[in-house]
Amino acid sequence: MHSNNLLELAGAISSGAVRVVDLTFTLSPDFPVIVLPPEFGQAAPVRIQEISRYDGRGPAWYWNNITFGEHTGTHFDAPIHWFTGKNLPNNAVDTMPAKDMIAPACVIDCSVLAAQDPDFLLTVPLVEAWEAKHGRIPERNWVLLRTDWSKKGWRDYANLRDDGAHTPGPNPAVMKWLVEERGIIGFGNETIGTDAGQAGHFEPPYPAHHFLHGAGRYGLQCLCNLDQLPATGAVIVASPLKIQNGSGSPLRVIALASST
Amino acid sequence: MIEPIKPPRRKNPLLRTRLPASPPRPRSRTSHGFTRAAAEGRFMLQRCEACGAFAYPAREACPSCLSVSLAFVDAPRRGALLAETTARVPSDIYFRERTPWRIGLVKMDCGPTIVAHLHADCVEGAAVRMSLQLDKSGQAVAFAHPEGETPNMADDKQWREMTADPKFRRVLVTNGRSVIGQEAIAALKAAGAKTVFVGIAEPWRPFAGENLLRGQDGIEIVPLDAADEKSATDLAADIGGKVDILVNTTEYVRPGGLLDRKGTSVARDEIDQAYLGFINLAQAFGPAMRMRGADGINNSAAWVNILSVYALANWPAFGAYSASQAACLSLSHCLRAELRPGGVRVMNLFAGPVDTEWFQTVPPPKVAPRAIAQAIVSGLKGGLEEIYVGDVAEEIRQRLAANPKALERELDR
Repeated sequence: MHSNNLLELAGAISSGAVRVVDLTFTLSPDFPVIVLPPEFGQAAPVRIQEISRYDGRGPAWYWNNITFGEHTGTHFDAPIHWFTGKNLPNNAVDTMPAKDMIAPACVIDCSVLAAQDPDFLLTVPLVEAWEAKHGRIPERNWVLLRTDWSKKGWRDYANLRDDGAHTPGPNPAVMKWLVEERGIIGFGNETIGTDAGQAGHFEPPYPAHHFLHGAGRYGLQCLCNLDQLPATGAVIVASPLKIQNGSGSPLRVIALASST
Repeated sequence: MIEPIKPPRRKNPLLRTRLPASPPRPRSRTSHGFTRAAAEGRFMLQRCEACGAFAYPAREACPSCLSVSLAFVDAPRRGALLAETTARVPSDIYFRERTPWRIGLVKMDCGPTIVAHLHADCVEGAAVRMSLQLDKSGQAVAFAHPEGETPNMADDKQWREMTADPKFRRVLVTNGRSVIGQEAIAALKAAGAKTVFVGIAEPWRPFAGENLLRGQDGIEIVPLDAADEKSATDLAADIGGKVDILVNTTEYVRPGGLLDRKGTSVARDEIDQAYLGFINLAQAFGPAMRMRGADGINNSAAWVNILSVYALANWPAFGAYSASQAACLSLSHCLRAELRPGGVRVMNLFAGPVDTEWFQTVPPPKVAPRAIAQAIVSGLKGGLEEIYVGDVAEEIRQRLAANPKALERELDR
């Protein structure tokens, strides 16, 4: 690529010809986190503790100490997160190739179906129907599932009932197919987790985690503003914190999209 | 005859809030035998082990036989009011602001004569029932009650200085998700609390009993995650000036000690919830409570902690939890000292295993959450500082006093 093209891109971003869409929720203690049965280890919630705020603790400056689990807020899953990816090379956030942090995205809009059914599942036929309209999903693309789930209030967003969470996600067949037949780089969801709320009951359990990470691919979850992206042509920048041997991290996910 | 107290009107914002004052504090070290008794709601006097005579005030030697063996023992409470007087213009600021103030001499059936604060229904020459109370300085004083029940007895002005009755007060129950929290809410409402603010962390998580809470008058669900600094501060910004009693119902019980647990993340959660949560609550709500200690009928009056009795002696089966509770116990003493200038009481309630899911496999006896709730209310009404709820807690207390080493060995099972 000629360096002038990069400068052109920078110019287009600056002029607004290329939009920069923030796909990230604010990292805050209020944001729901994944709920596991209480006898399991739990993700530390987001905590923000003031060190000083222009006061006796530091008169001219404001800063905080923050703590959180690797899988809180809008976050990235690396292959090492799941047992299927535990033995892959370069499977953690600090060792994954930096070039994997920038890739195009196909956005599959299932917001109408998800509005009708909180347990909505993405299937191969649905993706094939999408491909009939927008073309075959290219290799090393992100597939982002748009459900508009991110527009809900927190309680409906987590949607916990006495039999677990009820939130949309992919079914096992489509996950295997996207990884093996389409070679996607990763899968992104608006809900807490790349998998559906009831995915623990699928075969295999948590198929997005199972197939993505087993093949060295990535996950993004708790995404928002997917409604502002085109079906194809957006480029995702997703660079997790470089945590030593980290299984994932909260991150700022941005998308570059043409404004036309 | 006592006039019943009336629900307080809204404050006149043009008037300065009356600041708390404290009654005199100095006591001899020996006198703190009374402090211990008053803290637990017991009536104890020194009794000579040589001649059996009761003594008062606290002495170093028996006034009858000069023996120095004067232990504090539970004593009969009955006496007769010999004489009374009413202080109208005392020099002490605390009493000056609360005049007229009645005191009297009570001749105890067991011997000594005691100077006591008087309930308004005490009549000269008549029998009285004595108690030891903690005053607004946290020091023990003797208090004379009429022998029987009288109308509106708890509304006596002088008695209310010794207690933290929930009647007409606004209470914050910090965690309304738990069974203990929900029982406490019901008990406090039944005791006449005007409003019970109910803290709910992570409101996106549903919980049992939620619909019941939402439907009730005088119950306000508020967002509160005590372990989150900002959440505590934000809530205090809204209601900090209206919390007269704070009941810390934080509950985070996990089994396990050191070697069979892996890593520190559970311990960290325990500390986060129990200890740091306590600090967040204290820093958010403590200053306003301390400032409002003399703010009329619904002045700020008390802070309640529900602690495991294993704060006093580690139970290895729940060893890390015990340690987090010990940290909270230590912190409660700090809070007590810091709230003292406001006359706000810190009441610690100790319980053994509670009948909840986290003690499921522990054999009985276990404490019913309702018993804890009832103890909170009776402790507030009685002005207590330490309450042991249930057989296990009481037993641990006694065994700790008798031989801490024996208790340590016996808990190691």
